[in-house]
Parts: sequence; C-alpha cells; structure tokens
Amino acid sequence: MTTFDRGLTALLAERGVSRRAFLKFSAAMAGVLALPPSYAPRIATALEKAPRLPVIWREGQDCAGNTEGFLRASHPTVANLILDILSVDYHETIMAPSGAAAEESMLATMERYPNEYILVVEGSIPRADGGVYCTIGGRTFESILREVADGAAMTITVGTCAFDGGLPAAAGGPTGAVGVSQVVPGARIINLPGCPMNVQNLTATIVHYLTFHELPATDSYGRPLFAYGQLVHDQCERRAHFEQGEYVIAWGDEGARKGWCLYKMGCKGPETFANCPTVRFNDRTSWPVKVGHGCVGCTMPGSWDQMTPFYRRLPPPPPFASEVTADQVGIAFVGAIAGLAAIHGTASYVRKRRQDRAERPPATQAGPAPEAPTTIAASARLSSDGESNGGLD
Amino acid sequence: MARIAIDPITRIEGHLRIEVEIEDGVVRDAWSSGTMFRGLELILRGRDPRDAWVFAQRACGVCTTVHALASVRAVESALALRIPRNARLIRNLIAGTQYVQDHVIHFYHLHALDWVDVVSATQADPAATAALAQSISDWPLSSVSYFKSVQDRVKAFVASGQLGPFANAYWGNPAYKLPPPANLMAVAHYLEALDWQRQVIRIQALLGGKNPHPQSYVVGGMAMGVDPNSPTALTTRRLSEITELTTQAQDFVDRVYIPDVVAIAGFYKDWAGIGQGIGNYLAYGDFPEDDSGQPAGYYLPRGRVMGRDLSKVEPVDQLDVAETVTSSYYSYDDGDATPKHPWEGQTNPKYAGPTPPYASLEGFDKYSWLKAPRYRDEPMEVGPLARMLVAYASGHSDVRAGVDELLGTLGVGPEALFSTLGRVAARALETKLLVGKLAGWQAQLEENLATGDLAIADVSRWDPASWPAEAQGWGLEEAPRGALGHWVVIKDQKIANYQLVVPSTWNGSPRDAKGRRGAWEEALVGTPVNDPAQPVEILRTVHSFDPCLACAVHVYDPAAGTGVEIRVV
Repeated sequence: MTTFDRGLTALLAERGVSRRAFLKFSAAMAGVLALPPSYAPRIATALEKAPRLPVIWREGQDCAGNTEGFLRASHPTVANLILDILSVDYHETIMAPSGAAAEESMLATMERYPNEYILVVEGSIPRADGGVYCTIGGRTFESILREVADGAAMTITVGTCAFDGGLPAAAGGPTGAVGVSQVVPGARIINLPGCPMNVQNLTATIVHYLTFHELPATDSYGRPLFAYGQLVHDQCERRAHFEQGEYVIAWGDEGARKGWCLYKMGCKGPETFANCPTVRFNDRTSWPVKVGHGCVGCTMPGSWDQMTPFYRRLPPPPPFASEVTADQVGIAFVGAIAGLAAIHGTASYVRKRRQDRAERPPATQAGPAPEAPTTIAASARLSSDGESNGGLD
Repeated sequence: MARIAIDPITRIEGHLRIEVEIEDGVVRDAWSSGTMFRGLELILRGRDPRDAWVFAQRACGVCTTVHALASVRAVESALALRIPRNARLIRNLIAGTQYVQDHVIHFYHLHALDWVDVVSATQADPAATAALAQSISDWPLSSVSYFKSVQDRVKAFVASGQLGPFANAYWGNPAYKLPPPANLMAVAHYLEALDWQRQVIRIQALLGGKNPHPQSYVVGGMAMGVDPNSPTALTTRRLSEITELTTQAQDFVDRVYIPDVVAIAGFYKDWAGIGQGIGNYLAYGDFPEDDSGQPAGYYLPRGRVMGRDLSKVEPVDQLDVAETVTSSYYSYDDGDATPKHPWEGQTNPKYAGPTPPYASLEGFDKYSWLKAPRYRDEPMEVGPLARMLVAYASGHSDVRAGVDELLGTLGVGPEALFSTLGRVAARALETKLLVGKLAGWQAQLEENLATGDLAIADVSRWDPASWPAEAQGWGLEEAPRGALGHWVVIKDQKIANYQLVVPSTWNGSPRDAKGRRGAWEEALVGTPVNDPAQPVEILRTVHSFDPCLACAVHVYDPAAGTGVEIRVV
C-alpha cells in the first residue's frame, strides 16, 4: 500500500501532530477561504480522508521567489505537513537528483498518476525565437509545459510571471514571455498572482480542492475570489487615515512615523485586488504597507507596466468599493482592461490613458529641491572610493 | 573520453547545464551554460530610477533583497545621496539576516544531499546517533527517542514508495562516506533547519513587510517610520521580536550548523584537495560600520587575493570591471571580444546555440546566457571563500581567529581553503561571524533612536526635477553568493542604461575571448567521477559555489574532437 492510498490521520499521527492542532489549522483555513466557521469540521474530515496528491512543480523564467514563499509556509508544523503530504515529485530547487534522473522523476509521476497530479507552474514562458530563452534538459520550457499540463488534474500558477508573463513580459522584454493560460488555454488553471504569491493562498486553494473536489470560485482572471475578491485599499489598516485626509507626503515625515495613508506616495492599494492586509506574510507577521511602503499592485494583470511609476499617485479612488470585484469594476480599473492577454499595444494605450488622468507626480511634494548635483557624472568616473559616491557603494 | 551533460543541475536557483568531458574517472574539461534569459536590463531602460530596485530585486527570489540594496545604492551613488544612520543599520540587519538564513538553507537544503545519504539514515542505530550528536554539541534535540522518531518518519516515507523530491537520487553511491548515524543526524537537522529558516526570516518581514522580496527600501533610505513613541512605527515590540529571532538564529548556527559542518567535513577531507578553481578572489566588501560611505568602514573588507597568495591584498576599483561576450548569447556593436565596463555595457540577446531540443552544446562557440566578467582581464572567484580569504589576508581579527580555529579543528593547513570543502567551511564561518553582528547593529539602532535621531531617508533629491540632466552611479555589495554590482546611467530623469554584474556571472562565466574558463568550469577540472551516470561529485563542486542562475543571466567552448561519446545524464 502506498501513502497515496492512505488517509491523513495516520500520517499526522506518525508525525506527532495533535488532533487539536489539526482542527485549529482547519478552522484557520476556513477563515482564509472566507467560509463560515461551521465549515471547519468538514475541512478536517475531508483532509483526513484525502489521498497524498502528487505534485509536479515546474519553473520557467522565474526567480524562485514563489518557491521561497512556499518554504516559508507558516502555521508551523501543520500547514507544512499539509504541503508535505503532497508528494512533491519534481521541483528543481529542492529535489535530490539532477539531469536525466530528475526528468525521470517527472515522467514517472505523469505515467503513474495520469489526470491526478497537480501541476504548479512558477515563471513565465518565452515564446519568441523558438523558445530559446528558457531550455531545461535541452528542451524548451514551452514544450515541457504543454506535455506536463496535458495530464494534470489542475494547474496552479504561482506568482505573477506564470499568471500573465509578469516581469519578463513587461515593456522592453525581448523574450515574448507569456503566462500559462496563453500556452495551454484549455487546461484547468487557477491563478495565484503576486510577487511572490502568498503561500497561505496556495495552501487554502489545495485545501479547498481536497475538501470540495473542485476549484474555488474565481474572477475572470482565474484568481480565487477568497484571496483576490477585495481591494487592498478597502481592507487596509491605514484606511481611516485616508478618510481623514492624513497622508504621508515625504519619507520619514510625521505621517510616516504615525502610520498615515500612503496614497500620495503612489500606493496602488486603491486599484489592487489581494488579501495581503488580512492574511499578511511570514506567519502573518507583516505586509508592505505595515512597514511604510505603498502597495505596488503586483497581483494585477500587466502590473509591471500598469502600476508603474510606483511612486506616481493614482487617480482618486471611488468612495467605497468593498462590494466590488475586479470583474465588476470594469473600465475604471486598468487591470481589467489589460486582461490576461495583455499585449504591449494595449498595455501602452492603457498606460498613456492613466498618465493623462493622473495628477502630478507625488515627487513634487518631497520638500524643497536642493541644487542639482551637476558634476556627479564627471567625478564619479574618476574614482570608485571618492566622495562622489555619496553614501554607500 | 566521454562527454556528459547534466541538465538541469538541481538544488540551485535557476536553470543551469553543465557539460564535462571525463577520462579515466576524472573531469578533463567543463562547460557551464546558463539556459534562461529574461531581459531585465532591457526592461529597466526608460523607467523611473526610483522604481529600479523593485524590478531589480526580482533578479532573484532566493538571494532576495540583495538586488534591491545594490539598486538603491547605485541610484543613491548617481544622485550623491548619503543615507541616514538609522537606514544604514536597518539595511545591515536585513542583509545580515539574509546571509544567515540563506547560508543555512544552502548547507542543509541545497548542498547536504550531495554528502548525506538519506536512505542510509534508515539503517542507523538511534542510540549511536544520539551519542554522536551529544559528542559534538549540547543542542537539546539529541535524545535516542528523538532520533528514533525522526528515523520512523523517514522509514515511513521511504516505505510509502512515494519519495517525492528524494526519488531517483544517487543513494548508495560509494562517494557517500558518512556512517549511518551521521546520516540520520544530518537528516534530522535538515528537517529542523526547514522549520528554523522560516522563523528566522521573519526579521525581514518585521523590517521589510515580507520575505521573499521585502518592500521597505526607497532611494535615499528606508520607507518605514522610526519612532520609539509611535505604535505604528518601528516599535519597541517589533525590536524585541527581532532580538528573540536573532537569539534563535545564533543558537542554531552555533549549536547545530557549525558542529554539523565540522563533523561532516571530517569524513570528506579529501575534498580539501578537490575543486581548487581559478585561485583569484574578489570581494567588494560590505556591512558599513560607520556613516562615511567608505570601504575602510566596512565590517567585511574590500580587496583581491591573486594566485592564492595570502601575503597581500590587491586594491579594487569598480572601473576595472568589464565583460565580454565571445562565448555568450549576446552581440556587441563593436565586437564581442571588446571588454565593456558596465556603464557602456550592452545587452543585445542573440542566441547562437543549438536548436532545441538538443543533446549537446559541442561545436558551438557561444554556449551560455551568462556574460564573461573579468577584473583587469582576469577571471575571478567570488563568494564566501573570497570574502574570508580577502579578510584573512587583510588581517581581519575575527576572520583570522575563526579560520585558524577551524583549520586546527579539522587538522588541515591553509592550502585546504582553496577547495570545494574550503567553500563550505568559509560559508559556515561567515555565518557565525555575521549572526554575531546582528545584535550589535540592533543595539546601535536603538541607541541612535534614543538620542532622538529619527531620520530614515534623505529626501532632498526625491524630486526628479532636482537631478542633473545626466548622472551615473554604481552600487557595490556583497551578496551571500559573492560580489554584486549594479551600474546605472540616468538621462533626463530616466534610466538610460542599467547593468548587473552578479556573483554567479563571475563564478558561472563561460570562457572569455582568450579561452580562459570561468570559476565553476575551472574548479570542475580534475574532479573525480566514480560513475558518470551518478555525477554526485560534480554536484558537490558546483553546489559549493551556491549557484544562482536567474541572477547570473543577464556554464563550454567545445574542444573539437571526433568520436566523443555524448550522453545526457
């Protein structure tokens, strides 16, 4: 009998996890999934009976940031075990074998569990010039992805690059990078964008699948509504300061010390759908706004073009939008226009439009401008340790 | 002569292919090929320089934070900004935490499986394991029942038939030398380290909002408010959490990581004579201890050690860094062999390798997405070993004491440092030194805040209208994997050119215009390979550098020959 055929109870017992800790975890998961607390026992029951799901995790044009996020899975012990009871059969960053032996691990899982394994994809897929911008084992990432997605029960994209091409697809990128849904449009895909994604949302998606045997409800971008159903701005701990007109207007000012709203510093919370403010990162420790930097909108389509410049103030947000989802907002939200198939033409049109609407850049509020350092370029060439290298090199 | 290709090299960041020629069980030649390109430098052009760090940080998610820091330093250099003391200390804390967490992850989760046989751990006597563990450390998790429980978990895992990431590995290969009890101890610590690392890295979440990719930098300093009297700023409570996590970090490093490295190294002393590499070492130095901005004030010094000569340290000037692309998938307007300083750097992708799918890179002059950086025309090795050697040769008292003690414990001479094992040891020593610095930087931060200095950013040049029409700057840094530099040229408030020369580009460099190998390639030459179908020895040396390929792109000049057998293993 393989572990695949056994329930979770035995596994947890083997690993010294108490029933109480497990139920607590199930309740927390119900919370992330925005389910009533009464669902916790159902989740627990489902997980106890769940088989050990094989996982193939493939990386394309990536930075492994989502892998690192995965390794930070919080809820010590239990969540880690939930991920552990997935059999991670292929994952370049952590697996023991290299080369052909590694590829054999993937093929074995594909043959042994057709239409049962979960495919996780991290990183974008370069399609320009025959796919030469990312090869593994001498094969293009696109050809590998097509093969492995074909037999997957579902495909989860982690991070913004696998979602819509992300950073490599930003304006200026030469590799023709796209997201998974553009390569395998027919696949059952659930998207967890973010740079990186929040591992809590990955855990919750898997738990949902094991509990209800279906994918969680999503918006038209394939993002689960439990995680991407509300604006950051509407969940933000600094929202009250926005309402009161209390803003940070320069780094380190009184507003920065008092935790005021970062809207005028370019925060993208008013146009970004994500649960960062409530779920937070690293065992619920923090999130960017909590440490005083604006949201950069990384969960949104085309974010690297649509959400930049990062420090430019957005147009005034609608008064209250907490009942609104990305799909309903429509044209007011650039992400919705750019869509999953964001191509540069569309993206630049939207960008231009945004610039036309935008107020003047927040930069002008940073206090009196000193005399410009006109001689830097010349003197910096002369010495690498000289005064010209202001501060640190 | 057999030629083999190992692709993918796993347990690294990114996509790396290694091809080697093996004769009589020894690697005679090697080619390192980075197989992925994203075009970050091209994407950055025309953007707001203040945004660059958010983009550049995505160069790597494993050595996260380091590219953000190099980027803000480069732009601050161009704008002649000097960051406030509070920002300097917070940056040191974030970067120092990165070293500690990253080095431990590297040892246990990326490198250990080359030395530790997981399956052998199932045959260990838990009592012997407990005796071994207790003989090297007073770490409390060392009882017979503890190791028995770990072993039961491993046995259940193996018996399941679903080995997950441990399937198809090289278990049982005679290159594995640890006795079963040592294997079981290491496996237990592999699991403990997995738990430990995600706790310790919370320091970055407290100071940066999240990890990976913390988000609290700004050009000029940091975004966070600091004010001991404000509950929403960097509060006393958050600082005390950091203290707790730092203590936890130091405890594990001193009582688990260091004893494990020493114990495991004791079984692999022959690796102190393998993987010597180029013998030139470059360190930019880092961790400013004062506000002068000068390298003289860095905790880890700047310099070069050339030809393994520890009697002197050569100076470093960023102007002496240049890249060529004769073996790389790029073209230069004025010839691929023209050395280009990063300010004049070009990123013109031009693939010239085999059409995928392919079995070998043999016969292709260009074979990697990595450029070939050189310092005054010399190939260099960078990383923890380079830093420790430069510091040692500089007479750095902490490093001298640490190195001498380690060499004494292992009963080997200084020549042992220039090796695969030397890199492992240097990384461990560096971790011990830096984890010991964290509390001091935090204390300085708290003392400074207590004086009423709440400055966190120099915003005098935040407004692009205050910038000169043209400016250029550089940000040098020591990332966990080695010397890292970002160079930026700003024109009319936009990025006109942006170049990264990162640690794995130095180490993973392909051949240069003169045909000289990069550091990985050179280190592989002479490596014994017991069974080419199980190239665990090659992995040991490559992993000793802690490769990071996503950063590097921005690992083979085939020796022409007939009748060479090509196998993909």
